[in-house]
Amino acid sequence: MIEIKDLHKSYKMGSNSLHVLKGINFKAEEGELVAIMGSSGSGKSTLLNILGMLDEADTGEYILDGVPIKNLSETKAAKYRNKFLGFVFQSFNLINYKSALENVALPLYYQKVGRKEREAKAMKYLEQVGLKEWADHLPNELSGGQKQRVAIARAMAAEPKVLLADEPTGALDSTTSYEVMDLIQQINDLGNTILVVTHEEDIAHMCKRIIHLRDGVIVEDKKIEQVRASQYVQ
Amino acid sequence: MFDIERWQEIFDTIRKNKLRTFLTGLSVASGIFILVILLGFGQGMQNGIAHEFEQDASTSVWVWPGMTSMEYKGMNPGRRIQLRNGNFEYWSQAEGEHIDRQSPRLFVQNVSVTYGNEALVYGIHGVASGFQFIENAKMAQGRFINLSDMEGTAKVVVIGDKIRRDVFGHLDTPIGEYIEFSGLPFKIVGVYKELREREEETLYIPLSTAQKVFNGGDRVSNLAYTLPPAENFDQAVAEAVAFKDELRQYLQQAHTVAPEDTSAIQVWSAMEEAKRYYSLTGNIKFFFWFVGICTIIAGVVGVSNIMLIVVKERTREIGIRKALGAKPWSIVGMILHEAIFVTSLSGFLGLILSMGLLEVVGPHVEVDYIMNPSVNLTVALSTVFVLILAGTIAGFFPAWRAANIRVINALRDE
Repeated sequence: MIEIKDLHKSYKMGSNSLHVLKGINFKAEEGELVAIMGSSGSGKSTLLNILGMLDEADTGEYILDGVPIKNLSETKAAKYRNKFLGFVFQSFNLINYKSALENVALPLYYQKVGRKEREAKAMKYLEQVGLKEWADHLPNELSGGQKQRVAIARAMAAEPKVLLADEPTGALDSTTSYEVMDLIQQINDLGNTILVVTHEEDIAHMCKRIIHLRDGVIVEDKKIEQVRASQYVQ
Repeated sequence: MFDIERWQEIFDTIRKNKLRTFLTGLSVASGIFILVILLGFGQGMQNGIAHEFEQDASTSVWVWPGMTSMEYKGMNPGRRIQLRNGNFEYWSQAEGEHIDRQSPRLFVQNVSVTYGNEALVYGIHGVASGFQFIENAKMAQGRFINLSDMEGTAKVVVIGDKIRRDVFGHLDTPIGEYIEFSGLPFKIVGVYKELREREEETLYIPLSTAQKVFNGGDRVSNLAYTLPPAENFDQAVAEAVAFKDELRQYLQQAHTVAPEDTSAIQVWSAMEEAKRYYSLTGNIKFFFWFVGICTIIAGVVGVSNIMLIVVKERTREIGIRKALGAKPWSIVGMILHEAIFVTSLSGFLGLILSMGLLEVVGPHVEVDYIMNPSVNLTVALSTVFVLILAGTIAGFFPAWRAANIRVINALRDE
């Protein structure tokens, strides 16, 4: 599903340049749940941004579902993002003047799905994350965990190939974190490919595979025994 | 533009951001409102001034004799110039084709006028039939002095409407009544109206009667002319000036007056005066335009400012939309679509309000030199479009920048 070969990325900081990614190679198959771990400055967010087509690598190959991602125009990148990728952010990034339902329906608007169908589909995904009754509420009327669940529903609504989650539990307490991880595991169980960036060990161990980044290179890549989050959730 | 989904999205945004929309709209609407009112009053002032000058025919030329101020060909200064019938007749023969209407006028003095027991103290002017048109008088009843009155030295009189009201108010019509001029009965044959009441206080009798009956000889007090209409204003002014200069030269020769002596024979042309006031109103109009354009600029700056803030405020939202697959152009389109919609709506609202106000209040404005303030619809519409265009351009650049910002930067936690 995702294939990365010898990925390099450096940022110019004034006169000196900062080499953030120093040759990353990895492959993720369909249906995998991968945790990308590393301390801050290890390059994990940069990697996720490149995977999300929000940033572009200097050299190296990135193939997503058989499509090489290279030298994309803004318009093309937007199209691919809409078609291939769903995003979940640490700070939720819901549009605050739109209700939960409208937030979930937004990616469908950019897929040119009609209003009625959009709302029906959005409602289906809201139901899946258990927030059907909250459909008409604005984001500031929801708790942090609820907001993240709306964000996950929104990421799922476009039916992407890959779900990219950047510290999805970073702003949540541990109980809520486990609820969110439980949801992510359920979505993964349905066969979706998910990449989770995190620096929390317990969250990483709820995935099926952990990739450790340090100073721009992969230092460890191992399959693990998945810890189910549901056992922590009542 | 006709994408129903886009419209729904925009209405959603507008409905949920009422204050922002209201403030944008207010700045546009008030800008248009002030501009239209200003332009309206500029026009009103022009109308008012034009009205003040409308009392006499605009092409009229008048000769007023005075006293010589220079010695010339052995004549002493201080001699009073007296116009004669001969001057009038000579000039109408010589320049007939350049004259539209003409009439001499004689001020009749030392004549007591009575109606029954009532003494009437009004000016008496002996005039010819053309005088009605030179004075721009309209006949309210009956007729003016005519040619046969002149030839038959008829004892007829035409009175002003104010005189009719003051003296003959109790009668249905004063026509057919007799007024006595120094004991001689004159029959009222007409009532005239003028734009101004104080010009309705004159009794007109035939010039020939005034000269014969009241001992005028062949003396006349003024010569009055109107010129045939010209193709345009500038040509009319040029013709009036040429006519005036030739007329003065002729009269100066006929009365042995030095050519440089300006006080002996004064020739006054309404056209020249008109030119002066036209340039005055031109300046006033320019001033109002200047103020109006400054208002528009203020409006444009206001709209641009709000657009900048709106885009800034929406940077994060734009980032989210981009992450969800919005194309840059759809972001720019969305912001501009909303901006154009709001500015157009409020612009036309301001336009309708201000034009409505001018329409309702305008005709009731009764101040000197301001009359019926109104505004040209084309001008008003184009200002609305200028403002919309300005808002669009002002919104475009920040929108374009925002649409091309990297999503990571837009979503970065503050």
